[in-house]
Amino acid sequence: MSFSVNEPSNRQKWGAGILVISYAIITLLPLLWIIATGFKSPADSISYPPKVLFEPSLEGYVNLFTTQTRASEETFEALGDPTTWYDEIVRKKGMVIVGPSRFSERFLNSVIIGFGSTFFAIVLGTAAAYAFSRFRVPLKDDLLFFILSTRMMPPIAVAIPIFLMFRQLGLSDTHAGMILLYTGVNLSLAVWLINGFIDEIPIEYEEAALIDGYTRFQAFYKVVLPQAATGIASTAIFCLIFAWNEYAFAVLLTSGNAQTAPPFIPTIIGVGGFDWPAMAAGATIFLLPVMVFTILLRKHLLSGITFGAVRK
Amino acid sequence: MKSRFLMANALLAATVLGAAPTAQAENLTLCWAAWDPANALVELSKGFESQSGHNMSFEFVPWPNFADRMLNELNSGGKLCDLLIGDSQWVGGAAENGQYLKLNEFFDKEGISMDDFIPATVTGYSEWPKNTPNYYALPAFGDVVGWTYRKDWFARPELQTEFKATYGRDLDVPNSLAELKDIGEFFQGRNIDGKKVYGAAIYTERGSEGITMGVTNALYNYGFAYENPDKPYDIEGFVNSKGAIEGLEFYKDLYDCCTPPGSSDWYMGANIDAYKSGQVAMQMNFAFIWPGVEADANVGGGKSGYFPNPAGPAGQFAQLGGQGISVVASSDKRAAALEYIKWFAQPKVQQDWWKAGGYSALRAVVEDPSFASSQPYAQTFLDSMAIVKDFWAEPSYASLLLPMQARVHNYVVAGQGTAKEALDALVEDWKEVFEDEGKL
Amino acid sequence: MPKSAIERAAEVTPPAVARRIKGLSDRAIAWIFVTPTIVILLAINIFPLIWTIWLSFTNFRVNRPNNAVEFIGLRNYERILTDPDTWMTMQATAHFLFWTIFFQVLIGFALAYLINKKFKGNDMWTTIIVLPMMLSPAVVGNFWTFLYQPQIGFFNYVVSFFTGVDPTSFSMIGDVSLAPWSIVIVDTWMWTPFVMLICLAGLRSIPDNIYEAAECDRASKWRQFWTITIPMVLPFLMLAILFRGIENFKMFDLVVQLTGGGPGSTTELTSINLKREAFEKWRTGFASAYAVILFVTVFGLASIYVKALNRVKAR
Repeated sequence: MSFSVNEPSNRQKWGAGILVISYAIITLLPLLWIIATGFKSPADSISYPPKVLFEPSLEGYVNLFTTQTRASEETFEALGDPTTWYDEIVRKKGMVIVGPSRFSERFLNSVIIGFGSTFFAIVLGTAAAYAFSRFRVPLKDDLLFFILSTRMMPPIAVAIPIFLMFRQLGLSDTHAGMILLYTGVNLSLAVWLINGFIDEIPIEYEEAALIDGYTRFQAFYKVVLPQAATGIASTAIFCLIFAWNEYAFAVLLTSGNAQTAPPFIPTIIGVGGFDWPAMAAGATIFLLPVMVFTILLRKHLLSGITFGAVRK
Repeated sequence: MKSRFLMANALLAATVLGAAPTAQAENLTLCWAAWDPANALVELSKGFESQSGHNMSFEFVPWPNFADRMLNELNSGGKLCDLLIGDSQWVGGAAENGQYLKLNEFFDKEGISMDDFIPATVTGYSEWPKNTPNYYALPAFGDVVGWTYRKDWFARPELQTEFKATYGRDLDVPNSLAELKDIGEFFQGRNIDGKKVYGAAIYTERGSEGITMGVTNALYNYGFAYENPDKPYDIEGFVNSKGAIEGLEFYKDLYDCCTPPGSSDWYMGANIDAYKSGQVAMQMNFAFIWPGVEADANVGGGKSGYFPNPAGPAGQFAQLGGQGISVVASSDKRAAALEYIKWFAQPKVQQDWWKAGGYSALRAVVEDPSFASSQPYAQTFLDSMAIVKDFWAEPSYASLLLPMQARVHNYVVAGQGTAKEALDALVEDWKEVFEDEGKL
Repeated sequence: MPKSAIERAAEVTPPAVARRIKGLSDRAIAWIFVTPTIVILLAINIFPLIWTIWLSFTNFRVNRPNNAVEFIGLRNYERILTDPDTWMTMQATAHFLFWTIFFQVLIGFALAYLINKKFKGNDMWTTIIVLPMMLSPAVVGNFWTFLYQPQIGFFNYVVSFFTGVDPTSFSMIGDVSLAPWSIVIVDTWMWTPFVMLICLAGLRSIPDNIYEAAECDRASKWRQFWTITIPMVLPFLMLAILFRGIENFKMFDLVVQLTGGGPGSTTELTSINLKREAFEKWRTGFASAYAVILFVTVFGLASIYVKALNRVKAR
C-alpha cells in the first residue's frame, strides 16, 4: 500500500517536526550547559552573570582525576618546571598534584556493579520468565504481580533490614553485596518484562523443534532465545540504567570500597567551594556509557518500555 | 549501664596497651572529611610513614555526606577506618557505644597531657561526658565560625564617606551583630564595579547541619542557652528564652535584609562560591576556609580581612567546629593507630600542621609569640577560639539537630510562624527526645 | 556452524550426566529455571520486608547495640499516624505526585502524537529527547541547584530572557511558593520522555485499518482522535501513570540533592523524612513502622489501580 489515508500531510509533518525539534532543543539546553560547564575554568563556572562564551579549559577534567594540595614556594622550587600540561594547569593555581583522585575507582565500581547486576538479572530473569511462560506454575498471575510489587518498596524502606543483613554477612561495602542487591531489585522487573516477550512467541515454534528431536534446553536456547532477543536487549537497557544511576542504596550501603559514581559526583569538592567544572566533567563521563548503549539499542527502546505489559 | 561500657572500653584499651608495639608494618586508614585540610594532612603524614614504617591510606568523605557515611560505618562495625577524625558532636554516641577507644591510659603512658591543648577544643572534641577527664580523642583540627570581609571594598573612600554619612561611624569591622547588619544593609543591592552585590552570605542549609551552625552564632549572643546550668536537660525558658527569640529574629532579619537572593540552602561551599565570585561583602564561614581565601586570585592577597563573630546583647560567642582524632574500636590495628596519634601530638608535628594549613589546637603552637602574625587570620582564629560554644554532643545529637534544622529553616527561610513559635516547638521536640532517652 | 554452549557443555559432560540433563522432565526444568530467581527475591525483597515488619513493633535502634530490644506493640504506628509532620510530608508528596504526572502525561502524549506524524528525522530527535532520563537523578538534582541559582544560574537567566523578569528577583529553591514547583519542573524535564515513549508505543500499536474504516464512515479527524486514538492509547497511558506514580512516591535522590527538603519542610517528601528517621536519627524500629505504612499505601493504591487498568484493557 503506497498511499494510506492516515498518512499525515506534508504540512502536518512540518508542523509536528518544528514543535518536536523545539522541545528537543529546550530539553537539551540544561544538558548542554552541564557539558559546557565541564570545560569552563572554576572562576568562569560561577561567573556572575553566567558566561555563555568562555575560554575552554581542561581544569575541570584535571581536577576530576587528580588530588591536589596547596604547596609552599620552597616545594615549587624543589619540584622544578612542570613536566606535563596538566601539571601546568594545576601549578598556575599554586597547587601541586599529589596523586590520582578516587573518581576512576568509583567509575570502575559502577561498571562492575552495573554490568554485573544487569547480567545476572537478565540471565536469571530470562530463565524464570521462560518457566513462567511455558510451564504450569501454580498461582502464576498472583506470583507475577507479587514479584513486581517488590519494586514498589521505597529503597529507603528496605535499606534498613538490608543494612542489618549485610552487616551480619559481611556484605556491606562489597561489590558482591551490591551486585546481589541490584540483581534482586532488577530481577522482578526483568521477569515481568521478559515473561511478556516470551508469551508473544508462538508456542508452535518450540513444539516443532521438539518434534525435530530437540530437547527442551535446545528448544529454549535455539528457538526461544533468538526470538526474544530484542525484548531481552531492551530489558537489559532498563536494568542497566537503574543499576548505573541508583543512589539511595549506594549512599547508604557503600563507602570506601564499593561506592559507585552517583553518590560520589555531587560531592566533588575543590579548593574550598564547589568544583562545578569537575562535577560537570564527572557527570559527562558518567553519562557517556549509557548514552552510547542507548543510541546503539534505540530501536529496541520502544518495545522495552511498554514492558510487554499491555498484552494483546 | 554507662559504667559498663566505660569498663569495657577500659579493658579494650588495656589489652591494646599491654601488647608490645608491633614492629610489623601496618596499612592504616584514616577517615576524615574531604576538604583542603585533609589534603594537607596527607602530605604531613608522609613524615609518619617514613618514621614508623607503617603505610597510610586515606578515606575522605565530602561534608554533606560525612556524618551519614561515617556514623553508618561506626554503627555497622565496619573496619574501613582505623583512625577517624570525627565531628565534635559524635563523641557522646561513639563513647557510650564503645565505638571509639578511650585514650586516658594511653595519654598517661605516653605523657600526652590535655592541658597542653586549647581548653575549648579538649572539652569540645575529646571529653565524654563533658567536663570530665574521660578522653576519646586528641584535638586534631581547631575550627570555629568567623567572618570574612572584602577589605578592598571597605577601604574605598567614596563608600566610607557615604557610610559615615548614613550611620555616623566608620565603615570598619563591626563591633556588634547589629553593626554587622548595618554593613550588610549598606552593601545590599549596591553596584560595585558594574555588578550588583549583596551584604553577606550566611549559613542557611537545610539538609544536614548548615542553618544550625549559622543561627547559633546569633542565638548565643542574644541569650540562648542549651539548658539550665544548674539542672541538666532542663531546657524550658533557656532554649526559648526572650533573648533566644530575639536572636532568632535577628538571624531572620539578617537573612531577609542582607543576603543574596537564592541563598536559601547555603553552607560552606556555597558561601565560598558567592564570596569568591564577588557577590557579597561578607561571608560567615568556618575558619578552615581562610587559607584558601588568602591564596585566591580574586579575593586573596590582602583583599580580604577576617573578624570573629561580633558580640550581641548577651555576650560574644561563636559556634565551634573542628574535630578530634580517635581510634576506632573495631579496628584490628589499634596499636599502630595509637602510634599515629602519639606522632601527631608532638609539638614539632603540630607546628608543621599549622604551616601546612591545619589549625593546630596545641597551645605551644598557638601561644607562640610569632603565631598571631604568622598569617593575616591567625589573630582572628585565636580570638574566635576563646569564645566558642558547641551544639549538643549527646549520643542522640542527630535527633536534636534534625528538629532544629526544620524549625529554624521553617522560620528563617520559609518565613512561616514566629520566632517564639519556632523555639517553643523546638523545646517540645527536644523534650520528647530527652524523654525517649530517659534523661527527663 | 559453530556449536552452541549447550552442545559444548554436553560434550564435556560425562554421558550419564548429560543424559540426565538432556532428559530432564519439563517439571525439573521449570524448577531449575525458577528457583534461583525465587531464592534471590526471597533474600533481597521478601525476607527484608518481613524483618521490617517485625522491627516495626520494637524500639530497636541500630546505633544503640547495648540497649535491650523491647517489643512495644503498635506504639510506633500510633506516633507516626498522630504526628502532624507525617501528614505534611504526605501532602508535599501528593502535590509532587499529582503535578509531575499531570505535566508528564500532557507533554509526553503531545510529543508522542507529534512524533507519530513520522516527519523526517523523527528517530534522531526521539533519541535526543530521551537523553535526560538516562541521567542519574542524584547528579541531576545536584546540578539543578546550580542552574537555579539566581545570580549564576542558567535557568533564571533563560526565564529572564523570555519574560524580561530580573533573574535575581526570584529564587526557585528558596521561595516557599516556588520550591514545590522547582522539583516538579526537574522531574518533568527528566521523565516526560518516559511517558512519551510509552504513548508512542501505544500509538504505533493502533492498526491503520481502523482509521481507514473510520475514514470510510466519514468520521471527522477530531472524532477519530477521541473515539479511536485516545481509547486505544489509554491502557498504555495508564501504565505510564502507574510506573511514574510508583517511582515518584519513592522519590528520594533527586529531591534530596535539589532542595534537601527545604525551605522549611516544604519539599520534605515522605522518603526523605523516612531516611532521616532511619539513617540520621537511627530510630530503626520507628522508621520500620514508617516504611511499612508507606509500603501498604503504595501497594494498596497500586492494586486498586491495576484492577482498573485491567478493566480498561478488557474493554
